[in-house]
Amino acid sequence: MIEYLRNNADTVWLALQEHVWLALLPVLFGFVIALPVGYLGVRFPVLYHPLVNTCGVLYSIPSLALFVFLPVVLGTKVLSPVNIVVALTIYTVALLARTVADGLRSVDPVVVQAATAMGYRRVRRLTGVELPMALPVILAGLRVATVSNISLVSVGALIGIGGLGQLFTRGFQLFYIEPILVGIVLSVLLAGLADLIIVLVQRAVTPWTRAV
Amino acid sequence: MITFEDVVKVYPGGSTAVDHLSLELPTGRLTALVGPSGCGKTTSLRMINRMVTPTSGRILIDGEDVAERDEAALRRGIGYVIQHAGLFPHRTVLDNVATVPVLLGKTRREARAAALELLERVGLSADFAKRYPAQLSGGQQQRVGVARALAADPPIMLMDEPFSAVDPVVREQLHREFLRLQEDLGKTIALVTHDIDEAIKLGDRVAVFRTSGRLAQVGTPRELLAAPADDFVAEFVGRDRGLRGLSFDSAAGLPVRPVDGLLLDDAGRPVGWPGDDGPRDTGGTFTKDDSLRVVADLAIRSPVGIAVRVGPDGAADGLVSHHDLADYLAGRRS
Amino acid sequence: MNLSYLLDPAHWELGAPYSIPTLILAHLGYTVLALLIGTVVALPVGLYIGHTGRGSFLAINAGNAGRSLPTLGLLMLLVTLLGLGLLPVLIALTVLVIPPILTSTYAGMRSLDHRVVDAARGMGMRSWQVLTRVELPMALPVLMGGFRSAALQVVATATVAAAVGLSGLGRLLIDGLAVNDYSRVLAGAIVVAVLAVLVDLFLALVQRWIVSPGLKGIE
Repeated sequence: MIEYLRNNADTVWLALQEHVWLALLPVLFGFVIALPVGYLGVRFPVLYHPLVNTCGVLYSIPSLALFVFLPVVLGTKVLSPVNIVVALTIYTVALLARTVADGLRSVDPVVVQAATAMGYRRVRRLTGVELPMALPVILAGLRVATVSNISLVSVGALIGIGGLGQLFTRGFQLFYIEPILVGIVLSVLLAGLADLIIVLVQRAVTPWTRAV
Repeated sequence: MITFEDVVKVYPGGSTAVDHLSLELPTGRLTALVGPSGCGKTTSLRMINRMVTPTSGRILIDGEDVAERDEAALRRGIGYVIQHAGLFPHRTVLDNVATVPVLLGKTRREARAAALELLERVGLSADFAKRYPAQLSGGQQQRVGVARALAADPPIMLMDEPFSAVDPVVREQLHREFLRLQEDLGKTIALVTHDIDEAIKLGDRVAVFRTSGRLAQVGTPRELLAAPADDFVAEFVGRDRGLRGLSFDSAAGLPVRPVDGLLLDDAGRPVGWPGDDGPRDTGGTFTKDDSLRVVADLAIRSPVGIAVRVGPDGAADGLVSHHDLADYLAGRRS
Repeated sequence: MNLSYLLDPAHWELGAPYSIPTLILAHLGYTVLALLIGTVVALPVGLYIGHTGRGSFLAINAGNAGRSLPTLGLLMLLVTLLGLGLLPVLIALTVLVIPPILTSTYAGMRSLDHRVVDAARGMGMRSWQVLTRVELPMALPVLMGGFRSAALQVVATATVAAAVGLSGLGRLLIDGLAVNDYSRVLAGAIVVAVLAVLVDLFLALVQRWIVSPGLKGIE
């Protein structure tokens, strides 16, 4: 493994870089989209169940199918990374919108009433009280989305763009386990690192959850 | 009889929950274990059915050390009621009650038939049998909890705060029904409560625990109220223990004045005291069977300071003012 | 892109080697076997950890650790090591389903009302009876939630089997892509999504059947 890394440092480094932004850009986009979508599911309770069901169906579409389809729908080239980013953004939204809704619903209604009674208007109450209190749940969802995105990117290798996934296909075609192992290890390490960073951020921004 | 012989329980970490407890719980009687939270009363209770193992000392049931009995077999022979009832949410009311008989090897059919009878006994109609615990009120759940503990007809019952999760009105009702039930069944009962009123009302004997697991005093409710062993017990049974003590004195010997000035209906039943805006409510009546505490209560609450006694037919047959009551009590003391 | 491949009766011929029903069967086969093996492995471990409280670190972190393992990479590694066959696919998919089943079994056991478990012990149930008659039935709703999400994941992911030359609905995606036949790819995607929904519906029915009505939040 070490020797493979030494001989192919450039290839691996490029694949890793590609992997990072192919996985994390969708997390960012997905998070930004999921916040308002999830909020709508709480603000208008009739929307909650349709939201949950839609998310469930979106999540059950195989990633490979989505990667293949988006060029046809979006008019992008088959080999364009945009396909991967859009596909993973869809998964992220599917996962996080529900989490955001569940997180907001988990906020103790007594606290919300207290905030209202103290004169918080809807928007201030949302940003100042409800969102912070829902944060532990939302960030737990963000961890799941981030980690599964990092592992899903590699499926893109089957259509020619997949970051570390390309090491899998290369090794598989050459019947050579070294690149596959390197790819798996780096992918898992990357996921672990990203997970750790979110946990640290969570600890920093929600100090009250550690008070008990 | 349940006997604690110099029982000590020290939890890992060093906190002493029960400190050299020696106590006897007589057969066929209800012994209330009462005390502030953290006084070791629940731990003591749970050592009887070996849910907690003593650090040292022995607990005997009719002379036999519980530590030598098979854990599960021991527990099946002891009814167990806990706060919030702890009913199995996934089983119907009927199957909850049938639990221990089934564990003891009865067929489901037999156990269910017996369970149905028991439900009636605790005041629940057969309609409740097929329901699930989540469909019952707190009071109903607690009744099912009692029925479940009684199902295998165990001679001993352990009850841990069995009535504290329900509102005062329901609790009052459950107390009455429970006392009636116990009168019939005569079980040996250990009942844990933090409520001294409940302990005095239900207990044949009351064991008062103080913090860190030491027994402060044990005796009949009356002994406790009349002669608290120390300041702790006096404080715990309350400043109004004199008034509470009146609960044990019958109003039968209390002299009354003839009925005068009270508005009556045709049958002689009290309507109220005359007032500028029509009759004023008497605030209730008492009979010879009531306690002096009821009389005191009525006299104090009455708009004119007078309690009204009625006969079996409901007709007023005597009056007692709070001065009369005070004189009576003073005379009795000397 | 059109539905012609999906709607062509020739592609629905029963028993034909490459027909859609044959691929569905293979796909379901991978899915069911992986779920079965995964359950046999993860359920007892989850129950043990939940019942005793020992090893909870494993149960809590299994979820994210499992998710971070790229199934495609694992599958290609296993095929390279073990050769082509059912075994590598089953291992890769089983590794995928173990974490959610383990985590949800543990979570279900931890979510139990401890007073009910206390009552069960106090009434004289032995440890095994408490587990099978009280804890497991009460943990079922949460447990089934985890099982259903594991099933969804494995239905969607079993498509990668085709990437290493095996069968399943992934064939339609991989082969369609190879010959630029988007109608075939579309057929594959639709059938997988419908299959996922049907499997979930089926499991929802199973859940309704095995979970006591007393646990369904009746008011």
